[in-house]
Amino acid sequence: MAEAALKLDPVAETGPAPLLAVDNIEVVYNDVILVLRGLSLKVPQGQIVALLGSNGAGKSTTLKAISGLLKTEDGEITRGEVNFLGEKINGIEPDKIVRRGIFQVMEGRRIIADMTVLENLRLGAFTRRDNEVKSDIERVYEFFPRLRERTGLAGYLSGGEQQMLAIGRAMMARPKLILMDEPSMGLSPLMVKEVFAIIKKLNVELGVTILLVEQNARVALSVADYGYIMEQGKIVLDGSAQMLATNEDVKEFYLGQGGGEERKSFKNLKSFKRRKRWL
Amino acid sequence: MQSQLLLQLIINGLIIGTLYGVVGMCFVLIYKASQVVNFAQGEFLLIGAWTCWWLLTAWDIPFFWGFLIAVCFMMVFGIAVQMIILRPLIGEPIISVIMVTIGMSIFFQALMKWMFGTFAQPFPPIFPVEKVDVLGLQVQTAYLMSTGVSLAIMAGFAWFFKYSKMGLAMRATAFSQQVAQSLGISVRQVFALSWGISAAVSAVAGVVVGIVNGVSSALSYFGIKVFPAVILGGLDSIFGAVVGGLIVGLLENLGQYVDSQYLKWGNLYEVIPFYALIIILMIKPYGLFGTRDIERV
Repeated sequence: MAEAALKLDPVAETGPAPLLAVDNIEVVYNDVILVLRGLSLKVPQGQIVALLGSNGAGKSTTLKAISGLLKTEDGEITRGEVNFLGEKINGIEPDKIVRRGIFQVMEGRRIIADMTVLENLRLGAFTRRDNEVKSDIERVYEFFPRLRERTGLAGYLSGGEQQMLAIGRAMMARPKLILMDEPSMGLSPLMVKEVFAIIKKLNVELGVTILLVEQNARVALSVADYGYIMEQGKIVLDGSAQMLATNEDVKEFYLGQGGGEERKSFKNLKSFKRRKRWL
Repeated sequence: MQSQLLLQLIINGLIIGTLYGVVGMCFVLIYKASQVVNFAQGEFLLIGAWTCWWLLTAWDIPFFWGFLIAVCFMMVFGIAVQMIILRPLIGEPIISVIMVTIGMSIFFQALMKWMFGTFAQPFPPIFPVEKVDVLGLQVQTAYLMSTGVSLAIMAGFAWFFKYSKMGLAMRATAFSQQVAQSLGISVRQVFALSWGISAAVSAVAGVVVGIVNGVSSALSYFGIKVFPAVILGGLDSIFGAVVGGLIVGLLENLGQYVDSQYLKWGNLYEVIPFYALIIILMIKPYGLFGTRDIERV
């Protein structure tokens, strides 16, 4: 019982400083479009934290604000701070943030299509200076045995294999924190299962902390320790993964499980949604 | 005698063609890494050649060292051009950047004339024999050296882009700057390095051509000759640039043969690469080796 109670609230206020702390950030694109309005979240060392929300809520923007890639899209953090290992990292060039140990697996995989699998993996280790790159490539192949047989260009891999390569490339950088943007995008349900099993394995076996952005709330909460739900640029609800998975509102809006047995009219549903909007 | 002349011209074409190929690679390198069409490529040859000539004549430095210093200087020069002139233009419309390279071309051309005069200056004799016999044909020693150097540079490029970390980083940047940055690659460094390598290698070609023809502002026409070569090969293909260079070199010389033997027009040498360019682009708009993106979602 005591253990279960503890798990419900793993981020106690008095706990050790989190690996990543996003503090009340505001993000503006092109100097006019306000996307994040005072977003805060914490990612403790060694956990998987899920960031859920509907389309356009600002999930990907949050990740880009952390990794610094916002700059490449003409976005800017206008208020608040991003702290990693106790140091402020907003405003730093994205390539330097990678060197500090944050690696983003971008939405849509973004593997380099005109290179081979091996070249993609070697590029993942670009920031490293040690000579263990070879053994790390071997480890990626152990995680994803099917990548070993693919000797052609990465652009010809299937969607699932591309996602595996994208995750493998992230492993090559030996990051402390991986930011994953929609790993389930465009994959078959079976492949989604496989990819999320790998994400859990990464976390458990290699101790990598993961901040996961997902549309597929069910599968995300199944691997995550903690979750945040955002809407219109703000966090509206957070809690342990179990707590969120059993929360009635989350079930209704993100897991597609309505309460009660009776058949619902679409009209009622819409009004219900409007009433329950968290704003 | 006829076939002897033809053979000689083919050999000349191949030698000049490898040089076009090398300069073409430099051109493509900049285009691939930073999407800039560099109209000042020919001036890199010119500045490199004048630098080497000046070191040799004014300071009496042995050729090897003068050559090495000139190439290193051009590396720094290329990086400086990128950092001082082109870096502030990142994010500006591509047409503005291209106009700036045209401006650089005119400026450097005039600067070189102001510093070294308008007359062609010969290099001091470098090789003990000026011409050597290859299979019964007379070949300039400098051209022989140039072919060796060109092939070495091509092999070096192939190794660099396939196996070195920085070469892979350049390819990643060419693929997508955002992806490159997400991998921890500094795009600014890649841009600067691509200009540096491009200028240094162009200087090698400039010195070689300067040894044969003398150094004058005519050298910068090489930059214009390289256009049909790279467009033939496909603007974004390094291998294509080499093949395009060889084709242009051969066409020029064969054009001269046909012209002198049969047509007697007297200018086919200059224009035939451009005719070939038009025909090939009608059949293959991406050039011979230009890539269309792999689309798979």
